[in-house]
Amino acid sequence: MSLLEVDALTVRYGADAVVDDLSFALEPGEALGLVGESGSGKSQTALAVMGLLPATAAVGGSIRFAGTDLRGLGRKAMNRLRSVSLAIVFQDPSLALNPYLTIGRQLTAILHAHDLARGPDALARAEAALADVGLPDPRRQLAAYPHELSGGMRQRVMIAAALLGKPDLLIADEPTTALDVTVQAQILELLDRLRDHTSLLLITHDLGVIAGHCERMLVMESGRLVESGSTATVFRAPEHAATQALIGAATDLAVDSPPAGDSDFLMSADALSVGYPAGRSQRLAAVRELSLALRRGETLAVVGESGSGKTSVARALCGLVAPAGGSVVFAGKRLGATLAERDLGLKRRIQLVFQDPAGSLSPGMKVAEIVAEPLRVHEPGLAREEVRRRVEAALADVGLGPEYLGRYPHELSGGQAQRTAIARALVLRPELLVCDEAVAALDGSVRARLLARLKAVQANTGLGILFIAHDLAVVRQIAHRVAVMYLGRIVEAGETDAVFGNPRHPYTRALIDAVPVPDPLRPAGRNSLSGEIPSPLAPPSGCAFHPRCRWSEPRCVAGRPALERIGGEPRRVACWRAEDPELVTTPG
Amino acid sequence: MSAAGDIGRRLGSIPVVRRTLAVLLVATVVAVVGPALSPHTAIDADFDRILEPPSLSGGHWFGTDQLGRDLFVRTLEGLRTTLLVAVVSSAVSLVIGVAYGLVAGFAGGRLDAVMMRFVDALYALPFIFFVILLMVVFERSFLLIFIAIGAVNWLDMARIVRGQTLSLKQRDFVAAAKLVGVPTPRILLRHIAPNLLGVVLVYLTLTIPQVILVESFLSFLGLGVQAPATSLGTLVAGGVGPLESAPWVLLLPSAVLFVVLLCFNFLGDGLRDAVDVRLGRRDTP
Repeated sequence: MSLLEVDALTVRYGADAVVDDLSFALEPGEALGLVGESGSGKSQTALAVMGLLPATAAVGGSIRFAGTDLRGLGRKAMNRLRSVSLAIVFQDPSLALNPYLTIGRQLTAILHAHDLARGPDALARAEAALADVGLPDPRRQLAAYPHELSGGMRQRVMIAAALLGKPDLLIADEPTTALDVTVQAQILELLDRLRDHTSLLLITHDLGVIAGHCERMLVMESGRLVESGSTATVFRAPEHAATQALIGAATDLAVDSPPAGDSDFLMSADALSVGYPAGRSQRLAAVRELSLALRRGETLAVVGESGSGKTSVARALCGLVAPAGGSVVFAGKRLGATLAERDLGLKRRIQLVFQDPAGSLSPGMKVAEIVAEPLRVHEPGLAREEVRRRVEAALADVGLGPEYLGRYPHELSGGQAQRTAIARALVLRPELLVCDEAVAALDGSVRARLLARLKAVQANTGLGILFIAHDLAVVRQIAHRVAVMYLGRIVEAGETDAVFGNPRHPYTRALIDAVPVPDPLRPAGRNSLSGEIPSPLAPPSGCAFHPRCRWSEPRCVAGRPALERIGGEPRRVACWRAEDPELVTTPG
Repeated sequence: MSAAGDIGRRLGSIPVVRRTLAVLLVATVVAVVGPALSPHTAIDADFDRILEPPSLSGGHWFGTDQLGRDLFVRTLEGLRTTLLVAVVSSAVSLVIGVAYGLVAGFAGGRLDAVMMRFVDALYALPFIFFVILLMVVFERSFLLIFIAIGAVNWLDMARIVRGQTLSLKQRDFVAAAKLVGVPTPRILLRHIAPNLLGVVLVYLTLTIPQVILVESFLSFLGLGVQAPATSLGTLVAGGVGPLESAPWVLLLPSAVLFVVLLCFNFLGDGLRDAVDVRLGRRDTP
């Protein structure tokens, strides 16, 4: 008998079916992947199984768990099942924990509610659960509040909470989407280990996550099941167009050749430092004496975990924060530290695309007004028809038709909103475009189309792009050169192919190893990186990476290696052992 | 303003709001043209018909007061004053409060600190003392009293607008506008102000009843509008004396005041809903 049998499940909101005639089964001990783009009905399916859909949803079909019809159960009976037999882990761990209660209180509350344990017994079980999910010093974490934990640790707490009742089935709904790639690898490894006791329904839009961790997979599109089968078969011979698009978006790694010749640098930053006041007398150094340069027509990616200082680099270059030190030269002239010190003519030449597409568009303005605003500011004399023509052209460049002109931002999907933001940035034909995680919030196929558009614009106009990202797969698709940041400094920089093909810094190597590979036949993302990025308030001595580095030795603790060229390559690495043959050849 | 148009449309689709607006509209029209159509006036005393009870056939629909004046016409006149108070005083508090809060919030830093400490200082002044002071200075001019009330009421509005502006200016869309080089006044007008609209409108409808009550209270104390002009507050105050022999002199103007206040409160509720739909819109995942 299957553990979970979903038969002809339909979920409707009014006339819209978000899940349409979905049937599948999950066997005991199995890990089943459920893939699809956002809006395909994956999360609605999970909520339907958990009985957590809002009252406005009309549900049809049947859901049987270990032979029991879940839809026939009353609220109380369903509550008893949850945690004990069925558990769910959501995407954003910071939203799922109560900020005013300690971790211990929140975990023991689950045990109390299900009468599983009381008093010191419950605390002991909570502590054991935290230890099971690999949290360091679980006894201390019990007394901690959620804000004292990092995102990865919070997600571990959520998984611990889900597993307290020893459920037979764990549903993980995009459990790693909000996390860094290195932390993602740790969480996925943890889910793998749990498979001895529990079955897993893993919901994600990232095929790389499925490939290494699930035996079977289902692909959903617009609420319907379009493909299912063993992960290996689906990856080898995807039948449905949606699956092909998902796989294509995940594996398309074509890199263009970088622009020929070493023309002058469009922009170069020298010893740039950015700091923020933190507390009374402390200063948080987000970026430390960082130097980088970008040519016309070139894409330079800056990658690193969150907390590495990538975004601060972007904001300082754009003049949104004043650097604490160093200088930025743009097209031969030194840039003013803040926007107030930069003249209007300069502002049209440097533009920024933000991470959150919806947040960067004024909610009360229509798409046409949003894209037209830069033109009104910089070319006030422009005739109305000409403004309209240019706005339409800019929107067409990013693949939006004139029907979007009259829409408000809240009427756009994430991809459409981000394309509007890019159209606004490009309507003035800037020379430098800074993209701060510009595609991080988008689905795979939307992301691929947007990257292709950016490349096309770059080919036509010689745009220089500084691409801030944490997603290495995206970086591979668009960047000519890449700079890897760790705790405010660049640890490795060079041509994308060289850096990714043969990383010479242990951190670069760990980042690359942690990326889930969308190929079920290759080993899953190995995690050679333990722990998390230290606080920039108290950076480790010497090489900041040494506490997490498996190759660290006494000189790494004592002194910081400079970022230097190695061999005859144009690549620079900040590691004492960059040319050590052991580091280069030993598999992670 | 297209965002305002959106809110207006949604507001119109809420039944309570439609009915409330209809009542307020009728009240306004009657208050403005009613006294002219009536055979009686608000100031003609008829000492033969003192404290006559309300009757439809006797010609005095709301009865008469202690001086034999027609209470219906007087109530309409009072209503007119009260609605005028609502509009003028709220408009004053709206303009000062929004402008002050917007500038303080957007400028931030030292200017913000100085401006808000000034507001704190005004809060600390005893309100009645302040109004009396203003009234001595303004020599009890009809319109200036309303302006004085509004000028005291803008403090809350300024605080609310400042708080909203502080959070709005951190948003990416404001940074995006700055990056493009949009001049500050345009950022305030096009990017910040429209997003304040919801909160300001809601707070405005809460201010209106408050302002009406303040005027009634002042008139009740004898500090408000002066005879022969009248307001609902003055009428209620005048009705306290003959309460036992002629309760209608108190009850009927009070009832009108009650209905008007209720209408503005309903309007406030409706506005909050209309604005919430816009801001709290969630797409099904």
